[in-house]
Amino acid sequence: MPPSRLPLGLRLLPALTLLAMLGPVAAGLAGTVLPAFGVFPAAGLTTPSLAPFRDLADWPGVVAAARLSVTTGFLSTLAALGIVTLFLAGWSGTRAFRVLERLLSPLLSVPHAATAFGLAFLIAPSGWLARLLSPWATGWDRPPDVALTQDPWGLALAAGLTVKEMPFLLLMALAALGQVDAGRRMRVAAALGHGRTTGWLKAVFPAVYAQIRLPVYVVLAYAMSVVDVALILGPSTPPTLSVQIVRLMSDPDLAMRLTAAAAALLQLALVAAALAVWRAGEFAVAALGRRWIVSGRRNAAADAGLRPLALIAAGGSALVVLLGLLTLAIWSVAGFWSFPDPLPSGVSGRAWSRFAATGGATMADTALIAAVATAIALALVIGCLEAEHRRRRALSPRGLWLIYLPLLVPQTAFLPGLQTLLLTLGLKSGLGPVILAHVVFVLPYVFLSLGDPWRAWEPRFATVAAALGTAPGGVLWRVRLPMLLRPILTAAAVGMAVSVGQYLPTLIVGGGRVETLTTEAVALASGGDRRAIGVYGLAQTGAVILPFALALLLPAWLFRNRRGLA
Amino acid sequence: MIRSALTALLIAAPGLAAAQVDPADWEAVLDEADGQTVYWHAWGGSTATNDFIAWVGNEVASRHGVTLEHVKLADTADAVTRVLSERQAGEDDDGAVDLIWINGPNFASMKQQDLLFGPFAEDLPNWQYVDVDGKTVQTDFTVPTEGYEAPWAMAQVVFMHDTEDLPEPLPTAEAILDWAEANPGRFTYPQPPDFLGTTFLKQILIELTDDSETLMQPADEADYEAVVEPLWAYLDALTPHLWRSGRAYPQSGPDQLALMADDEIDLAISFSPGEASTAIADFRLPDTVRTFVLEDGTLGNASFVAIPYNSGSKAGAMVVANFLMSPDAQVRAQDPDVLGYGTVLDVAELPEEHRTGFENLDLGIATLSPQELGDVQPEPHPSWMTRIADTWAERYGAGQ
Repeated sequence: MPPSRLPLGLRLLPALTLLAMLGPVAAGLAGTVLPAFGVFPAAGLTTPSLAPFRDLADWPGVVAAARLSVTTGFLSTLAALGIVTLFLAGWSGTRAFRVLERLLSPLLSVPHAATAFGLAFLIAPSGWLARLLSPWATGWDRPPDVALTQDPWGLALAAGLTVKEMPFLLLMALAALGQVDAGRRMRVAAALGHGRTTGWLKAVFPAVYAQIRLPVYVVLAYAMSVVDVALILGPSTPPTLSVQIVRLMSDPDLAMRLTAAAAALLQLALVAAALAVWRAGEFAVAALGRRWIVSGRRNAAADAGLRPLALIAAGGSALVVLLGLLTLAIWSVAGFWSFPDPLPSGVSGRAWSRFAATGGATMADTALIAAVATAIALALVIGCLEAEHRRRRALSPRGLWLIYLPLLVPQTAFLPGLQTLLLTLGLKSGLGPVILAHVVFVLPYVFLSLGDPWRAWEPRFATVAAALGTAPGGVLWRVRLPMLLRPILTAAAVGMAVSVGQYLPTLIVGGGRVETLTTEAVALASGGDRRAIGVYGLAQTGAVILPFALALLLPAWLFRNRRGLA
Repeated sequence: MIRSALTALLIAAPGLAAAQVDPADWEAVLDEADGQTVYWHAWGGSTATNDFIAWVGNEVASRHGVTLEHVKLADTADAVTRVLSERQAGEDDDGAVDLIWINGPNFASMKQQDLLFGPFAEDLPNWQYVDVDGKTVQTDFTVPTEGYEAPWAMAQVVFMHDTEDLPEPLPTAEAILDWAEANPGRFTYPQPPDFLGTTFLKQILIELTDDSETLMQPADEADYEAVVEPLWAYLDALTPHLWRSGRAYPQSGPDQLALMADDEIDLAISFSPGEASTAIADFRLPDTVRTFVLEDGTLGNASFVAIPYNSGSKAGAMVVANFLMSPDAQVRAQDPDVLGYGTVLDVAELPEEHRTGFENLDLGIATLSPQELGDVQPEPHPSWMTRIADTWAERYGAGQ
């Protein structure tokens, strides 16, 4: 069908979607570039200058902070990708794999800050592991003075990011696996005498990686610019660049906003450079990998060694997140709890009764924002995908890049500028602007999550329906959407999870008047009250798990008499 | 046509009145405040403070019909940024911020930028009870408040010590250093520019310097390098003996409290004499913690609330500010089971029925009495805080 015969709304949807996503990013970036070059009318500065960059260069920690952002970003991305790859290679199709697959939704649901807090409390010298082992095994009656978290190399930060990003990459890789005919590739590899792990790496990994490349870039960009996790697990003398940006922005001296803007542009340049380096690394790995494949070596020894290693790494990561969740639960009801007691000295419901008094309205707002933002994102994404389908023209790689752009640009680089823009447009702070800001971040993930299952749908169903006299709209509403209910609900759950987790957009665009579980949790985390952090961390996790559970249970119930769909 | 003009007039009228609200005409303020919603931007990191603010909200709602919404900030500067962006965008009538918990550099910055409404504080009815002579309620870090912010709590530096490991108070900065050298890794302070960490630096500087008058002037007018030199010499000696050898620091006061609860440190600074008692009652500190002040006295200042120039609920905000200064609110804030904050009122001069409330208050096991708290040293000019924090970041905060 030629494009001109598409309904007008459907024809405009892709453009509208791009506008909804890229408009805020572009406007926000402009709002950052100007102050970085000394133009900040609110503080009475209108003459362009390079002074902000000079001030940034004068900050003695700038090199160390930038290096830290780069090293922790690369380290955590490499580790997460490595663990996912080796685990898929060695264990896909086994029972251990299915166990972890089932844990995937809960793992994805634990908010970043809560994961970081859990990890910090587990491994700190006065943390839970040390408490369980002290003093009988370690001989410590006081915690040792060792920097296991906040270490100067950022290893704890990288570890925290790794365990949190691993489930996301695994989810993406699983979706990709379904499209590359992994089973047949593996049968051929096995028939040629390749072991399980090395055979997978040679025959399946290249195809899978091609599909998850953009998610990997997102992880790299995110890891380099994350704020909340770096605050909890990262070093502070100096901190990572992104943390320093937030610090500079909250300095009472307004001139520091200019330095912050300059630092935000440096952050943007670093992320761009890191992505370029990663891309170059892909070519290098591909060349080496090709040589390895052509060499025809069977590497049985490597196979035997890598498999247990992969299980330990993947299982260990999952265990750390779940144990962290358990510590949140214990803290939420803890009385006084000091080193080296393995458990609190008493139980107290005070933190929960405080939450019960005020938490209801916060939860309702969180749910409302997440639901509306996700609904808008779903409508736009389905519209785009349907337009793409009817035009018989898939999204170009460049289009895909555009969709990922909001996730690749550091949030600190464009959100303050976006706030000014919304105010200029006369949009008062409140739920509306916050929902729109959330759509910017929710939409890419919904697109990511729904795009592949949508395209993988068997088009002959449409042909059959059309042959029976159904209009294109009828095919969409009565055949395609019902058949794709499960991936649509999963995409919605992913979208809700993303929305629930947003901190900076809610705070900055909402002007502080919009409270969600996450803004409350981060405000409380700044106060270090572990009981309150425990309560809000669990509430956040619950708010995310619920949609995932619905996405799992609803199709099973609706399609209880249609085995192929459920 | 006429009807729409009339509607426009009607809509504009309340805004007009809001702009002209006169704090001296208190009846008019109360009338106008009834039904308004006040968004109070205040640090939300402490459950005790959050509960207190929620209580204030209930009281002003039932007494004056004002709805109070606590906007919980991780950092007060977020609210300053907000007001600034609003002015940039031309939102001059009904901004998001109606009331800010503020003091020190944030106040100096907002006042200098003309971002505040006022003067109003000294026209509030409860100003009559405020201890204008005995407490630093008319200057904020040496900057005259001129009625642009209303005080609601007094703070004074105390040191918290875990008597299990550090039984005796340490009377001077030198004694702290000696103890730290003998007990490496058992002391730290929040990382500047956190206000509590910077407060520690200022406290030590006041201890070490002979000329505290200089600190009342802007730092640029003094020989900054020479004045602060003793501080850096002290820190150079102290830092290797700090927790994590000074390579990591807690990021906030409460973070530091958690370290004490975990038995990682035995000595910590606090800017609230009642904080230790409140934290013990809340399971956040061991019950072996007590507090002490230095021989020569410690720094003290007031917490204020200010109203941005573009608040749409100035009357409501003034009602809240006035209520915060009322004997009822002040006695509740001083109760260690609630907040444990010092009062800004002159208790001796209060009418009988209000005075007994204060006199009957049990201040808690770790709280010093007003006599024991001793001399209050005034805050240096805010420029010292900023410059010292900057130099600290260069010397100790950027990876040595």
